[in-house]
Amino acid sequence: MCFQCGTCTAGCPSGRRTSYRVRKLMRLAQLGQKDEIVGSEELWECSTCYTCVERCPRAVPIVDIIVALRNIAVSEKHIYDNHKKTAQNLYKLGHTVPNNDKIKALRKDLGLPENPPTVMANKKAMDEVVTLLKASGFDKIVE
Amino acid sequence: MAKYAFFLGCIAPLRYPGVEKSTRVVCEKLGIELVDLEDASCCPAPGVIKSFSKESWLAAAARNLALAERQGLPIVTICNGCYGSLFEAAHELNHHPDVLAKANKYLELIGMKYNGTTKVYHFAEVLYREVGAEKIKSMVAKPLEYGVATFYGCHFLKPSDIKKLDDPENPHILDDLVEATGAKSLPRKQKTLCCGAGGGLKAAFGDVAKEFTKTNLENIKASGAQFIVDVCPFCHLQFDSVQGELGYKIPVLHLSQLYGIAFGMDEKELGLSAHITPVEL
Repeated sequence: MCFQCGTCTAGCPSGRRTSYRVRKLMRLAQLGQKDEIVGSEELWECSTCYTCVERCPRAVPIVDIIVALRNIAVSEKHIYDNHKKTAQNLYKLGHTVPNNDKIKALRKDLGLPENPPTVMANKKAMDEVVTLLKASGFDKIVE
Repeated sequence: MAKYAFFLGCIAPLRYPGVEKSTRVVCEKLGIELVDLEDASCCPAPGVIKSFSKESWLAAAARNLALAERQGLPIVTICNGCYGSLFEAAHELNHHPDVLAKANKYLELIGMKYNGTTKVYHFAEVLYREVGAEKIKSMVAKPLEYGVATFYGCHFLKPSDIKKLDDPENPHILDDLVEATGAKSLPRKQKTLCCGAGGGLKAAFGDVAKEFTKTNLENIKASGAQFIVDVCPFCHLQFDSVQGELGYKIPVLHLSQLYGIAFGMDEKELGLSAHITPVEL
């Protein structure tokens, strides 16, 4: 369990550039201060670089905790527009970014198919991904 | 001959297809057979999608792992994000029957099942551990005389307790791989500092992400490196796309492209026209 030594915050590259403090976030989570956490910008300022996890003397799975806290925030509709767009891309395309004409032309020049041989090239496969995402509640995130 | 299911991901095929092409050519030259993991989706991305819904992330990742299991092949990825997601999903699914059972409840809906046997490897790991620097050296057509900055990214080596590839604070794998081409990996400050793009930071707070990249670029410039060599298309995208506005122009190469050059690939096949920061070899 976290004993608030602050090793995480000391090595955090985001904390060096923003008001994000890993130690504070871990303390708020321990104290169950959900409302203070789920609406905060800081929750989304972690780049998941794992420096804190590597150095934590108590082996606290900090990134896993941040992911769990973010899941709670998103389930309560705290999501940034650009994040929602990424989620919508996954739901629509099976990928986080779309293809475009310039890339298609370059792929062709390189002797590759215009669309990669992924869900992008097979509607049935894409339908499978949508089924999984929908059954696990992802449709509520993208709507 | 070593054989892998080739997991493409999103950024490589859809933003830097030259990375995909170079990987195919380099692997063929090294005697590694790549079989396309057809019908695969996004891994899904560990920083964003997993942050939105771990349940959806695991269900979609389990499908990708099940596709490879059906082929009877281990997965190889060319992206730290894909490696992070698929390795971690496999770690959970392959070792925890309750998590596997939960994922299979979803897979049942699409007539699939995952038995928890797929192994996941990073391209650089396969080169380092399976091919080895000696064989790579013997394949070099013309030793490269570049001074380069190696960029490991975060999810290649970390979390190190499960990946067990290298020292996450003082790694050497990528430096050894780069130096096998004749290029020199130059020392610099804060070598393992994150590029800034991960965890949804680039999308939500792009200016903060750029601050990470800027520090990296300052250190890379001070080292005198002519190229940045990465093993992740997302780090690649971050360095390639933001350095112009930050006043830098240090070209970025994925390890597969550096190897393509060293092995004598036609420059046109490297797909360098997709790069925003111009690459002159």
